[in-house]
Amino acid sequence: MKRVDLIVIGAGPAGLSAAIEASSRGLSTVVFDENARPGGQLFKQIHKFFGSKEHKAKIRGFRIGQTLLDEAGKAGVDVVLNATVMGIYMEKEVVVRIGKAIEHIKADAIIVATGASENMVTFKGWTLPGVIGAGAAQTMMNLHGIKPGSRILMLGTGNVGLVVSFQLLQAGCEVVALADAAPSIGGYGVHAAKVARTGVPFYLSHTIVEAEGTDHVTGVTIAEVDHSFNFIPGTEKHFDVDTICVAVGLSPMSQLLKMAGCKMEDNPKRGGQVPIIDEHGATSVPGIFAAGDVAGIEEASSAMIEGRQAGLYASEYLGYIQDDTFGEGEADLDAALSGLRQGMFAPGNKGKVIEKTDEGIPVSTSLLHHGFVADDEIERFPGVTHRSGVHPVIECTQNIPCNPCQDACPKKCIEVGEHITALPHINEDNPCINCGMCVASCPGQAIFLIDEDCGDGTAEITLPYEFLPVPEEGTAGTALSRDGNPVCPATVVKLRTSKAFDQTVLLTMKVPKACAMQARFFKAN
Amino acid sequence: MSTRLTTHPILGTYEKGPKVNFTYDGKPMTGYEGEPIAMALKAAGVMVHRYTSKKHNPRGIFCAIGRCTDCVMIVDGKPNVRTCMTPLKAGMTIQTQYGVSAEPFPELEEKA
Repeated sequence: MKRVDLIVIGAGPAGLSAAIEASSRGLSTVVFDENARPGGQLFKQIHKFFGSKEHKAKIRGFRIGQTLLDEAGKAGVDVVLNATVMGIYMEKEVVVRIGKAIEHIKADAIIVATGASENMVTFKGWTLPGVIGAGAAQTMMNLHGIKPGSRILMLGTGNVGLVVSFQLLQAGCEVVALADAAPSIGGYGVHAAKVARTGVPFYLSHTIVEAEGTDHVTGVTIAEVDHSFNFIPGTEKHFDVDTICVAVGLSPMSQLLKMAGCKMEDNPKRGGQVPIIDEHGATSVPGIFAAGDVAGIEEASSAMIEGRQAGLYASEYLGYIQDDTFGEGEADLDAALSGLRQGMFAPGNKGKVIEKTDEGIPVSTSLLHHGFVADDEIERFPGVTHRSGVHPVIECTQNIPCNPCQDACPKKCIEVGEHITALPHINEDNPCINCGMCVASCPGQAIFLIDEDCGDGTAEITLPYEFLPVPEEGTAGTALSRDGNPVCPATVVKLRTSKAFDQTVLLTMKVPKACAMQARFFKAN
Repeated sequence: MSTRLTTHPILGTYEKGPKVNFTYDGKPMTGYEGEPIAMALKAAGVMVHRYTSKKHNPRGIFCAIGRCTDCVMIVDGKPNVRTCMTPLKAGMTIQTQYGVSAEPFPELEEKA
């Protein structure tokens, strides 16, 4: 039987990170993945990631995936694809199906990084072709260039539902609405806001009554639910759609850990059946570690750090690490991970109603219920200030772990401070040079460069634009407000692209002066 | 209207293999070699991959990552092939799966 030091199961962000860490410390490592390509779900993520520099913030997911693969190649990680691990047996014997052959392989340590699978809700017609998981939509459009549908309803307003809705718009699909049975939006407000300002309505406390159609989806009816999630008669709304996307959470794929005899728990805050692990991913079975979504649903950014940790601890467990380097690596990873686990959306805050930001500012209730910050709420946030000339307006209103704006500004106009979840504020003493770096670097697309008074009765607003076709300079159109409603006529006066903007076009539109603080999206006539 | 994207605001263009021919329930179709069978069918507007054995209900792409088995079809005579995971090859014979057979259920025969 073949023997290695370490077997990693899953070549996603956690598994690859673990294998890189372990390989570079000298462990003979093999990674098994059942898919034809490595990278897990990273290559479907085309948005810029949140976090800080150390978390690869403002870099798009698929580029992070490519970097991980390159690193794995350099570290000499052996990734075996089309390899389905069927079981973990006594003494860390792993049975894997590679092609048509069943192989047995033994290791001294195992890192399980199998990720998660999508949850589903049932409703009348839920098995009809045309009802798909949000992940399926990402697979179709972002990996294979296939439009998932023409007119789509999204069920679920967690980050997956919000991000995938935006990606559907980018692929040229029409998103008719987002619905969620919960009374408030589950994901980051900035993700909701960039969908809402294109004109997509949000229906909170609503869920699907029925998917209509005989052999594929032709329509959907949603209705409002009361506090016990029962439908309220008379609140039904019908949409003609050909596709229904379901994004109602993820469940850890922890079966292998259970099979290996690891102590498990049912923990809703971590997404379901998860192994009981210490802070470094060690399970109750010595030498078996868990990392990434299988150990509790979080983001790819935290999965990569958890992977590094598991790799580090597996190396230590097998005696490959001198104490001094271990301590350093441990402290860095702990700090990086705790940075991501702070703020309103921290794992510990799941299910809590948060009324004020860390700064003591009442949160935007409109954002939670409709997907956009209302006009009478926006002025209370520290990123929104007024001065003459071009200046950044930062519509970032929730404490989320993210700070690329601070590093992006060459003039230090924007400050988040040491606390990565603090709301960005404007440093009034420093001049804005209208370079656009902040607009392009904000993963939430929440920063606008605004000249509130050009002196001729107009204002100019620069916004991030990631759709096709990009309107040409001089194009006349309509400015939409945060709620997606038309607010005034607008003309495109400048378009900027740059390698540093990474495919984000900076579109500057001219609007009447009075609309400077309302107009937030451009739609060609 | 084609559901294939030629350009994307972030991804630019998509890398595809050479164009190949295959058949779907006897009808000639084209797709790109190496893309999942399910993607080639989706691009051609095919929604129903199979009908369930007991209730004869239609199923199509659902998870697209090989977990749910809703998209299984008969590929080159072999039933239960996950079309979302199986790369398209030139000359493949793809058939709608009824239960586990290629034989349409009597009440669906007219449609097929």
